[in-house]
Amino acid sequence: MALPSSRTGRPGPLWAVPALAFFALFALLPMLIVVGLSFTRWSGIDQPQFTGFDNWAHLADDAQLLPSFRLTVVLTLASWVLQTAVALPLGVWAAAPGRPRAVLAAIWFVPLLMSSAAIAILWGLLLDPNFGLASVLGPLVGVDDGNFIGNPDLALWVCIAVIAWQFVPFHVLLYQGATRRIPETLYEAARLDGASKLQRFRAVTVPQLRNTIVTSSVLMLVGSLTYFEIILILTGGGPGTATRVLPLHMYLEGFSSFDMGYASVIAVLLLVLGTGLSIFVTRVTGYARMDSQTEGM
Amino acid sequence: MSTVTTTAPATRPAASAAAETRRRGTKRERPSTVGWLAAGVWLVVVAVPLYFLITTSLRAQSEYLLSGPVSAPTDLTLDSYSLVLHSGFWGYLRNTAVVTVATVVLVLALALPAAYAIVRSRSRFVRRMFSLVLLGLAIPAQATIIPLYLIVTKLHLYDSLTAIVLPSAAFSIPLAVLVLTSAMRDVPNELYEAMAVDGGSPVRAFVTLAIPLSRGGITTIAIYTAMGAWNGFLFPLVFTQSENVRVLTLGLWRYQTQYGVNVPAICAAVTLSLLPLLALYLLGRRQLLSGLTAGFGK
Repeated sequence: MALPSSRTGRPGPLWAVPALAFFALFALLPMLIVVGLSFTRWSGIDQPQFTGFDNWAHLADDAQLLPSFRLTVVLTLASWVLQTAVALPLGVWAAAPGRPRAVLAAIWFVPLLMSSAAIAILWGLLLDPNFGLASVLGPLVGVDDGNFIGNPDLALWVCIAVIAWQFVPFHVLLYQGATRRIPETLYEAARLDGASKLQRFRAVTVPQLRNTIVTSSVLMLVGSLTYFEIILILTGGGPGTATRVLPLHMYLEGFSSFDMGYASVIAVLLLVLGTGLSIFVTRVTGYARMDSQTEGM
Repeated sequence: MSTVTTTAPATRPAASAAAETRRRGTKRERPSTVGWLAAGVWLVVVAVPLYFLITTSLRAQSEYLLSGPVSAPTDLTLDSYSLVLHSGFWGYLRNTAVVTVATVVLVLALALPAAYAIVRSRSRFVRRMFSLVLLGLAIPAQATIIPLYLIVTKLHLYDSLTAIVLPSAAFSIPLAVLVLTSAMRDVPNELYEAMAVDGGSPVRAFVTLAIPLSRGGITTIAIYTAMGAWNGFLFPLVFTQSENVRVLTLGLWRYQTQYGVNVPAICAAVTLSLLPLLALYLLGRRQLLSGLTAGFGK
């Protein structure tokens, strides 16, 4: 046997090397390269030219930076609030036994099967102000021309709603599974104490779901960078720049204005923001220590 | 293993307890109207777009434009489906299938030995690597798209399916290692010890013990990785451009531009792209759903 420590029957460190090397090459190395690229001018076709701090200085006069950052914050927070408010009660509801509930939940989960591209295209058709469902429903809710996506004040909220449509089912699934693992004895005890349905929800269900609320929130906050695929297809960042969130700003600067150097600066900001946010959230909530809390239940 | 096995038995006590409550006939527990109302509202929110998608795909273009999106469909036709199937759909489907299978195989081939080493090795290097890989869960893949584009061009992989597979697999490794590690921890230590006493090599223990006994974790990761690869959009968008390597998600986008106001054709394309996963969902809903929440359901 060429592999080390085979005499003890235990695998040597070599077993872990291929995965680590592969992960380093395609996930860790890019993080270093992007920092390097942020000091270059590169169109994506020619060779990168070192230009010092030019790109970083350009940050100061990029009028789109702050609006994009603000849109990203609004998108992230609003998505978090909306998706949690919908997914938590629906998940708890779907956890109870009964065939009708199971059938309903099975239909709810269908969007989980759809790609961002499929969802964005489907909603693009529904929201089409001329031929879509929006042309019919718009006048009923005060948008007379049915042009939700074309309205700079509404476009971001439309994106938030479509993103919720995509991701709520996943979080319903998380909450459903977690609710089913709550020991029935807790409910029995609460019932004996004469607690009403609502009281039991507040005193038993929600505290018992604490860890799942944290998990789901971490996934929503950290995952919000991935939302930009839907926005890219649905609005392309428009109308104007009304939905040009930070990841989309990066993408368009790089692959549409061919200013990869400056796009790398934004990418560095996103890496710091994204990684920092997830480490911060996991530390604050004790998400990393959660395994020990759920054990013994 | 964790999610697959824990969800199924956990429902049983809840169900029997509810049945018990029903027997005792606690009269004050009426079915909550608010709950059913909210559930019904969300059902409408989910079902109406899907109903629109399916019915519109079966309508003629002229009929859709004339009578509008809410009219009851008359004269159903499969014309849109045959139009889509004759405009490159099979090629896109093949490319997506190749990307999906290759990504799943690569992820399992790399993550399985790594997870085995993490569970069984005593080396400190391996433990360090585990924390490094877990950190990888926090890296937003989108922010690395520009350097990945550079790497892909330098490796002369631009405009190939390999260019999609490699980074997709890399970003699936952290979760795969996490889930497979927890699956292999469930394998009783005595089994490994017994095999070592018999003079079994680590390779033999890996093949005959670790892999078969962590089947649940492997299924979970295979499903999770496959769905990510199947539905991926950004990597194909940035790393490919030719028609012959176009995957389904990009194909959908192309159909949207190409067909313009031919709404039924676009709907047919979206429906077709959904069918393979929908078929899987109907066959193995429980497995598919538990695969989706891989590693988070614990």
